[in-house]
Amino acid sequence: MKKTLLTSALALGLAFGAAPSFAQETYFPIIAKGFSHQFWQAVKAGAEEAAARNGVTITFEGPNTEAEIDKQTDILNAAIAKNPQGLGFAALDSQAQVPALQKAADAGIPIVAFDSGVESDLPLTTCTTDNMAAAAAAADGLAKAIGEEGKIAAVIHDQTSATGIGRRDGFLNRIKEAYPKIEVVDVQYANDALKAADNVKAILQANPEIKGIFASNEGAAIGLAVAIKETGAQIVGVGFDSGKSQKDAIMEGTLIGSITQNPVGIGQCVVDSLAKAIKGEELPKVIDTGFYWYDKTNMTDANIAAVLYD
Amino acid sequence: MTDTAVQTAAAGKPGFFTTSTLQKAVAFVVLIALLAFFSLFAPNFATGSNMVGIMQATAVNGVLGVAVTFVIISGGIDLSVGTMMTLTAVMAGIILTNLGMPLPLGILGAIASGALMGAISGTTIAKLKIPPFIATLGMMQIARGLALVFSGAKPIYFNDTPNYGLLSPESSITRLIPGIEIPNGVMIMFIVAIIASIVLNRTIIGRMIFALGSNEEAARLSGINVDRWKILTYAICGGICGIAGLIVSSRLNSAQPALGLGYELDAIAAAVIGGTSLAGGRGTVIGTIIGAFIMSVLTNGLRVMGVLEEWKIVVTGVIIIVAVFIDIVLRKKA
Repeated sequence: MKKTLLTSALALGLAFGAAPSFAQETYFPIIAKGFSHQFWQAVKAGAEEAAARNGVTITFEGPNTEAEIDKQTDILNAAIAKNPQGLGFAALDSQAQVPALQKAADAGIPIVAFDSGVESDLPLTTCTTDNMAAAAAAADGLAKAIGEEGKIAAVIHDQTSATGIGRRDGFLNRIKEAYPKIEVVDVQYANDALKAADNVKAILQANPEIKGIFASNEGAAIGLAVAIKETGAQIVGVGFDSGKSQKDAIMEGTLIGSITQNPVGIGQCVVDSLAKAIKGEELPKVIDTGFYWYDKTNMTDANIAAVLYD
Repeated sequence: MTDTAVQTAAAGKPGFFTTSTLQKAVAFVVLIALLAFFSLFAPNFATGSNMVGIMQATAVNGVLGVAVTFVIISGGIDLSVGTMMTLTAVMAGIILTNLGMPLPLGILGAIASGALMGAISGTTIAKLKIPPFIATLGMMQIARGLALVFSGAKPIYFNDTPNYGLLSPESSITRLIPGIEIPNGVMIMFIVAIIASIVLNRTIIGRMIFALGSNEEAARLSGINVDRWKILTYAICGGICGIAGLIVSSRLNSAQPALGLGYELDAIAAAVIGGTSLAGGRGTVIGTIIGAFIMSVLTNGLRVMGVLEEWKIVVTGVIIIVAVFIDIVLRKKA
């Protein structure tokens, strides 16, 4: 018994010896901006799939809400302390966590950023959606549906994060540049579906002549759909991300369409890039994981259905 | 001292009743003043549909405010009302959607699970002598965590329960009085408020809650089973949170497991603005409902006026401080 154990231990040791870069179990902590949103669950699913494919171990963590920058920094420090072989990180604040990341870089831990970028050269690459371009596509969809003229508004999920700012500015800039006859009369902020619903109703109250509203994430889009249903307003609603509520709303015609990112692809990209990094492969500075406009007509197409989640 | 103060002080009743009535009146005047202000200065504010919108925006916070009013009057505090609401909504989702049980069981399950969590908070406070702030701070996290665990961190939808909309967005009163459209969620808030008011003012439960808040030691010395009434108070609070959970999940047609954090502070603010004293022993349900309306009228009015979201938050903060200041002034005079 003892002998077999010893031989197998030896054999294991030899096997590890043969592959020096995997001398110990390869472990990547992946730190997201949250975990309860369906979006993050989809990123997690993609990361786990890629981890299994690459034969590495990952953990997927995030703070309770996307406002808790300090909590995320704690999670980040704890992860670095474990001395992992690589680190995936979606920064809540593009600058605040640079010192912590510097520690990881000094320890020789490869860093891959995802979702929101970090304002530094430390990450080897960033797996992300081009939020400005994606929101511009939402603006195009909305503009087309209202005949490229009239008053519109936007409900944005927050005023400080890179995604909130990127989607807001991407949407507003596109309207300003391409659609001179469209006027944005109001931009409001709401960080959950209930608040977004009451918010949209107030916007409609103040501007009864409004023809369309853009909502910048899943929660805001759910609220937008609820408000349109409750008021019976004949307006064009455009959302962002997916989730069952939003998909149903598009199917029923409450919202006319939405933009989906590729969260599963983002998760895969993070783990794949880290696996490449520890093998010494070169990575491009940014990996655009893509986005798609989806509506009633293409929701069931195979390539779109694959990136939507419930 | 002014004449009115002398009169109220001389009215013969114990001081806390008179100041409470007075502050309720103050809150009511503030509410009317806000409505008048926005009607004058915010175009499109004073319409029927906007009033309904304001009522609907008040429903959840109003019900949570009533829940926390019970606890605050008893001399405690409950920081878990927001996440408890979320947990009860998730419970309703599990019972109705995952287990496919009929609607009444879902309603019962939400209220019962809230009452149970509340009773647990109450027990840790009464028996283990953990300060209410700490015990319910812990419960806030426990409820939030359990909501995420039970739901698998995913929203639960009520598409298989076609009547679920009856609990909030639909308007049943239209069938009785055609032309009047008030969402059921709002009607439920008013019914909860009326029943809670009766319980607080006309029953032994209410008398015990006021006795606990006024002077717990005196209550104990006079032979009242303080622990039992305390546990019951938190259980009532939890049960009412269950009703809020039903209203919010019905309106969104889904139990959103990440929602609810921060709602406890709005609920406490509604109670405080409405004249409920954080020191305990004093407060009214009607005051809390008025407080909740003040908050949503402010939010809605400032939005309709196009005031920046950031300033709206600042104004709400100022209102809370002013309300507590009035509370202190009135208490000194009493």
